[in-house]
Order: sequence, then structure tokens, then C-alpha cells
Amino acid sequence: MTAYIVRRIFAVLPVMAVVALFVFFLLRFAPGDPAAIIAGEDATNEAIEAVRAKLGLDRPMVEQFAFWIWRLLHGDLGVSIFSNLPVTRLIAQRLEPTAALTLATLFVSVAMAVPIGVVAAWKARKIADRLVMGFAVMGFAVPTFVLAYVLIYFFAVRWQMLPVQGYNPIGQGFGPFVESLILPSLALGITYMALIARITRASMLEVLQQDYIRTANAKGLATDRVLLLHALKNAAVPIVTVIGIGIALLISGVVITETVFNIPGLGRLTVDAVLKRDYPIVQGLILVFAAAKVFLNLLIDISYAFLDPRIRY
Amino acid sequence: MRLFTATLATETNTFSPLPTSLQNYKESVTQATGLELFTNVGIDPTQRKIVVAKSTNHLMAAYGPIAKKSGCSIPTPFRAASSSSLRVSWLRIPWNRILLKGESMTLRLLAGLLALILPLSAMAQEKVLRAVMHADVRVIDPIWTTQTIAGIHGALIYDTLFGNDANQKPHPQMVGKYEISPDRLHYSFTLRDGLKFHDGSPVTTKDVIASLKRWGAKDGVGQRLMGYVTEMKAVDDKTFTMDLKEPYGMVLESLGKSGTSIPAIMREKEALTDPQQQIKESIGSGPYMFAKDQWVPGSKAVYLKNKDYQPRSEPPSGFAGGKIPGVDRIELIWMPDPQTAMSALINGEIDFWENPNNDFLPLLEKAKGVKLLKTGKIDSTQGMIRLNHLVPPFNNPKMRQAMYSLVNQEDFLRAIVGNPQYYKVCPGLLTCGGPYENDGGTQWMKHYDPKKAGQLMKEAGYKGEPITVLAATDHNTITPATQVLIEAMRQAGLNVDVQSMDWGSVVTRRAKKDPPAQGGWNIFVTTSGGVGSANPVLHTWIGAACDKGLFGWPCDPEVEKLRNAFGMAATEEERKKIAKDLQTRAMDDVVYIPFGQWDTPLAYRADRIEGIVPNTGLAVLWGIKKK
Repeated sequence: MTAYIVRRIFAVLPVMAVVALFVFFLLRFAPGDPAAIIAGEDATNEAIEAVRAKLGLDRPMVEQFAFWIWRLLHGDLGVSIFSNLPVTRLIAQRLEPTAALTLATLFVSVAMAVPIGVVAAWKARKIADRLVMGFAVMGFAVPTFVLAYVLIYFFAVRWQMLPVQGYNPIGQGFGPFVESLILPSLALGITYMALIARITRASMLEVLQQDYIRTANAKGLATDRVLLLHALKNAAVPIVTVIGIGIALLISGVVITETVFNIPGLGRLTVDAVLKRDYPIVQGLILVFAAAKVFLNLLIDISYAFLDPRIRY
Repeated sequence: MRLFTATLATETNTFSPLPTSLQNYKESVTQATGLELFTNVGIDPTQRKIVVAKSTNHLMAAYGPIAKKSGCSIPTPFRAASSSSLRVSWLRIPWNRILLKGESMTLRLLAGLLALILPLSAMAQEKVLRAVMHADVRVIDPIWTTQTIAGIHGALIYDTLFGNDANQKPHPQMVGKYEISPDRLHYSFTLRDGLKFHDGSPVTTKDVIASLKRWGAKDGVGQRLMGYVTEMKAVDDKTFTMDLKEPYGMVLESLGKSGTSIPAIMREKEALTDPQQQIKESIGSGPYMFAKDQWVPGSKAVYLKNKDYQPRSEPPSGFAGGKIPGVDRIELIWMPDPQTAMSALINGEIDFWENPNNDFLPLLEKAKGVKLLKTGKIDSTQGMIRLNHLVPPFNNPKMRQAMYSLVNQEDFLRAIVGNPQYYKVCPGLLTCGGPYENDGGTQWMKHYDPKKAGQLMKEAGYKGEPITVLAATDHNTITPATQVLIEAMRQAGLNVDVQSMDWGSVVTRRAKKDPPAQGGWNIFVTTSGGVGSANPVLHTWIGAACDKGLFGWPCDPEVEKLRNAFGMAATEEERKKIAKDLQTRAMDDVVYIPFGQWDTPLAYRADRIEGIVPNTGLAVLWGIKKK
């Protein structure tokens, strides 16, 4: 196992190198120029050129790439073209809201979706199953932003129970922290819940038809023991896989959720940086996202071994 | 067990008794700002098992030492200024404001419970203005960029020598007294007393001269002024002189300009930075100080009241008069989603919204506690259709003039604004409602007829070549205006090549002088602020300085001559006459085609704030007070 993990970590390096190359040149070939945005509405061509020269954007692309890679190898993601602040600081500022939102969504989704998926499989083709599947279809069909506005209208504007927007760091109190995450994690989690509920149901249905489940029932085990200890554990591998894939979906989903709920997270940082052509931030963020994704895949692969003793690396 | 509670009320002087159920535990409840709360009534808090204090200020200073001495810790200070802590709910009670003595878990839980029960109204509230602006503060140098939001940032933390009032007349701001020689070639300025930078150092003429030089090297209005200046010399720390080679008449107006790139007075250290590079520190001498450590680019910028600021005694008007800081803290919050901003304003999570979308105005008009404010007769936005004079077909004046017949301003304004209360048909180039509004050249705008426009273009030699329009897809006014224009062009039978892209790409591509087939363009749509457009010198889009001008590069020496003459004019009558001649000439040359003027009213919580100063060309936030 240790050798496998070390091998996987080393395999990350070429992946990151390709990502770095791809991101750098893709951004440079995309239309748009940060110098023109900085110089502003009333700037002349000469003024834009002057800004571009000072930012080093007039140098050959290969030279710019080499400079960036050199700094990257020294652990320096560069400095934002606009705010002049280090990209690492900007990412660090935004990490907590996104991590909190992602984890809260994950928690809410898994806590709700796995039980209802199990119930749907247990009561297959009965009313409970139909309700769960109806919910799943709705969860897939309703866009995140629509649900977000509906939640805001009822829970914040009309009933004044929760805030419309904003994020309160956990350091400012656990209550405000939770309060600011309830609506965003519900809005973001609905699609995810639907996905996990469906997979749980399908996976459980397959397991529940196995001979050993029939044996367990025949020897008089309680239903909850059969479902949770015998069936769910064996149905867990596909569920964990979907949860893992879902985290990648969540990362892309936070862009919309963070915008609607005005949460200063990594998703907003990415969109703003792309719109402003703040190259160092976009480059840094995509590297961080890629690394997170690769690391997550590794965690999922390792978890298989714990869930299914037949899997060994 | 003996338990003592205190409510620290540093600002509001509010006071909260304990609930009846806890009266048995109560020995003393009073108000104070420090340990005297207890010691004044003969109690030594250091000898008590639990001390509970609720406050937003001064807690650390007063109670930190005894907590430390007793081996206790105070959790991270609660911030009343967190972005959504205005509403009261049980979850928002700052239970972390608890000082505990000893390690007993029971005591900890009890104290936590107590703090939950105490009402939030007892908390001392720092006066915070939460304002959602049109953009986020991403750049801290108001000279390096012409972005309006950088100007708003700069106007909070920097002061200027002069300030133009609501009628665009200049008044001294940092200057105490000034003298102008009879031939208008020599100026002498003396700084008023008590001017200090946020780091405590005095403002001197060295700082002023370096700041003006940097501004003059970068800003269009500053460049024009510096073109006439032969020398700026410090007489002493408080007095400096400015010598001109010609009697330029816009010196004071230029020094008091609002809008983008204000002539902000910085420390010499920052002012010596290359104007093409951004400064690293935001230390000014204005009414608010920038809290750089609390700045989250793309989300929030925080400004703290400058307690040492000495405002002028005159009443505020535009950028002139006393800048009296009205709140302790200003948070400029960036909300990219206008729907969220609207809900947050209605819900009371923000106090001020600079530019609500026109679609939301009817809802905001009905919202309880919310008011809309039209910002003033010239503080509006003007729509502009810019043609590329360098490449065919609009290098032909007849083609450009035919374009006037494609523009019915009502069509554009209905698409952008909708409600006639907020827009105005304005056929001229100088802002309608401004001091230099006139009808010179406006006859071009009186014959809307797309078919006739197509006919005129054929007569001018147009043979169906594609006309490339840069169509922004993500702008709330420019996008619909471009769509109206494209439709009119199609009705005229023109071959329209629509290049859809985000606004960031438009601002890049419009700088290209190449023909459209090689990445250039023929038409783009943009807007201009009404305050700048009211004055021929400040209105850079009316210029026709060829290669040195703005995108589209109109080239007419007569237009530039008239702009210079306006700057030299000694009387208001003379200025008005020149303004009319200039507009006539500029419209004949089609420097741009105006498509109307509209207001963007600002929305605010009238039940919470007051003192908004309208009509400035730049949001003035320093005078806003919390009720």
C-alpha cells in the first residue's frame, strides 16, 4: 500500500506539468488583455502599451512561461496583476469559505441521500421509493441558481430566518458560521443528493438480491442489521466513487452558489480572475484545483481497500 | 456561585439587565467600558469564578490582561462588522465574548448559555456603513488606473487641493488660501493647517508637487494642465507656486476634478512611483483610512474613520466643503449578482447600493425602508456609438454622417432603462442639464430613417462590405444598446458582422487599429459619465486628436483647437460660445453618435442612513451617517 501511495504521488508530477503548460498557453491565446482593463475606459493605446510593458506582458510568451515556471518551482505562484497581492495569499483568503461550503454540502448531502437511497431500495416500487425517485428527478432538473433564489426568497426575505448572503468565518462564532452555510449548502447539495440517492438505491437493490441477504433474512436478523451491516457495506464502493466524483462537481458548482450567496470563495475568485484576465491568479487556481482533484482520487482509491477487503494494491 | 455580568456600551450606551430567571446569580449589573464596571461597586473581577462581558469594542484591552493572568483565554474577538451581522437572531449572539476563570466544563457551559440568553441589543454597535458598489476594489492606486471604483477608493483615503461642487465650480479643499496673478500665469497655493497623513506625518508641498506630477503624467486632464505648466516650486513646507506658459483657464477645475483619476495627494514616497506602476501602500490624508489587512480583493474593502482628520467648515457640496466622516467604518462590498444585492438591501444586510439595475427599480420603490435617489441633473450616463475613423467604410465622413439616421434615442433608452422617469433624450455631445448644453449640430439627430440611412450609404460608396460590430454580451446597458443598433443597421440593409464577446475582450480589441479582417473593428458601443461629459476639456471622448486620441481615432485639428480655446477662455459667455462651436464641429465630424442620457439612481436604507451628497460624478461616501 505504501509503495502504491508513493507511486501515485510521483505520478502527480507529470499531470501537474501538463496542466501548467496547458493553462499558461490557453490563457495567453484567449482574447482579452489585462493591460487594457487596468488602463481603463479613457486610456489611449500608448497608455495601454505602457502598462503592458510594465507588467512584462510584452515579452515573448516562452520567456514569460519560463519565468513563471521558475517561480513556481520555488513555491511562488506569482502576484496578482491587479491587486499586487501574492496569489498564495489570495487563495488562502478564499480557501476557508469554499472548504466550509464544500464540506457542509457534502455532509448534508450524504447524511440525507444515503438513508433515503437505502429506504428507496428497501421499499422498492412502493410509495416511499416513488417519492425518493421523484425527489431525485427534481433534484437533477432544478438548476442550482433557481433553487438558490427560491430559498433566499422564502427563508431570508419573506420569513427573515436566515441571511440572504455573506459568509461568517468559524472564528467569529459557530452559530453565525452555520447560519451562513445553511441555504448555500442546501442549494448546492440538491443535485448531489439526487445523484447519491439514486446510486445508493441502485447499488443496494443489486446487493439485496444476493443469496447472502436472503440467508441473513432467513436466519431472522433484524431488518436494520441486514440493511446497514450486510447490504450497505457491500454496496458502498460505487457510492464512495460517486461521492468522490461529486466533489469535483461541487467545486464547479460553488462558482454559481458563491456568486448567488455572495460567499468570497475560490469559485468567485476564479470567475473574477478570468473576467479580468488576471493570469497569475487563474494559473495558480487551476493548479490548486488540479492538485486537489488528483489527491481526492488517490483518497478514494485508498478507501476502496478499506471498504472491500478483496481490493489490494 | 457568584456571577457577574456586564454589558460594555462604548458607542450606544445601551444597557441590558439579566433575565429574571438569572436574577439570583446577579450581584451587579451596570455599564462601563472597562474594569471600573466592577471595581466602582467594590468588586474585584479577578476574584470571581465567572466574568461575562458582551461588547464589540475594548474587551481585549480591558479584560485581556486579567484573563491572561488567570490562565484563561479570550476567543477571537467578535466582529460586529461581519458582512451579515446586522440582523438579530439567537445564532448571532457573540457567545465567544466570555471570560472564564478555571477549567470547569460546567462553568464554561453555564457561561456560554448565559451569553446566549443576553439580548444582542445590549451590544455596543460600531457604526458601519455597508455599501455595494458597481465593482470591486481590486486596484488601490487611483492614478494607475482610470477605473471608477479606484477613484471612489481614492476619494475616501486621499484629499485633493480643490474640490468641484455640485455645479462643478472649484473650491479650496486642502488649500487654505491661494492667489492668481492678474495675467493668470502665476498661481500661489498655501496648504491649510492640520493636514496629516494617516501615518501621522504632516502633508508638505514636497508631497503635493510629487503627487501632481505623477497625476499629470497619467491622467488626460492632468496631462493637459501640465502641458501649460512650466514650473512648480515649493516656497516652504506649506506654500508652493505654479507657473504657466499660457493663461489656461481650467487650473482650479482640473485640480478639483472628480470622476476617475482624481489629483490625489499622496506621500512623496508613493508619489515618486513610476505612474505606469501601481503604488504599494494606500496612505493618504483623507477622511478614511484603508484597512489593507482586512482587504479581500473581489469581495470587500474596509475603510476606518480617520479620527485626526480636520474637515473644512463649509457645508458639503459635491467634492467641495467639509468632509465629515459619518461612520466608524465603511465596507465596500462587491456583489456580482444584482438579485442578491437587491435581496440584501431589502433584508437590511446592506445600507447602500450604488447602481441598482433598472429592472429592479419598481421592486425597490415598493420595498419598506428603501429609497431611491436620483443623483443629480448631470450625474448621469451618456450612451455613445463609436465609429472607427481609420478604416473603411467609416473613414468616409458621408458614411459616418449617414449613421445618425439609424439612431432613434427613444428605442435605445427604452431597451436600457424602460421607465421614462430615469432617462432623457439628449441629441448633443455635452451633457444635457449641464452648464454647456447646447443645440450645435443636433440637427443630425432629427431624421431617424434606417432605409434613408442605407440609401445615403450607397450614395457614399458603400457596396455591402461587412461592418464589424464589437458586441459585448455581459454589460447591463451596453449589451442591449448594441442589440438595438444592430437591428437598425440590418433594417438599413447593411452587412453586419456581429462579434459577440465579453466586455473584457471588447476593451482589448477596440485598441487595435488594424482592419476588421485582421482583428480590428468598425463599431463599438460604450458609455461616458455625465459629469465628465459636461465639460469640453474633461470630456475626452469629444476630442479628435488622431493617433493620440481615444479608440476610433477621430482626427480633426479644428476640434482640438476649440477644446484648447475653451480652456483659455476667460469668461463664462466665451466658454459657452466655444462649447457650441465645438459641439457643432464634433458632430459634423461624427466623433461619436450619442444615444441618450439616463440616470442610475442609487438605492439606500432611508431608515438607517442619511447625508448622501448627490451630484458629484463619483460616489461620495464620507458624509453618510448612520441613524
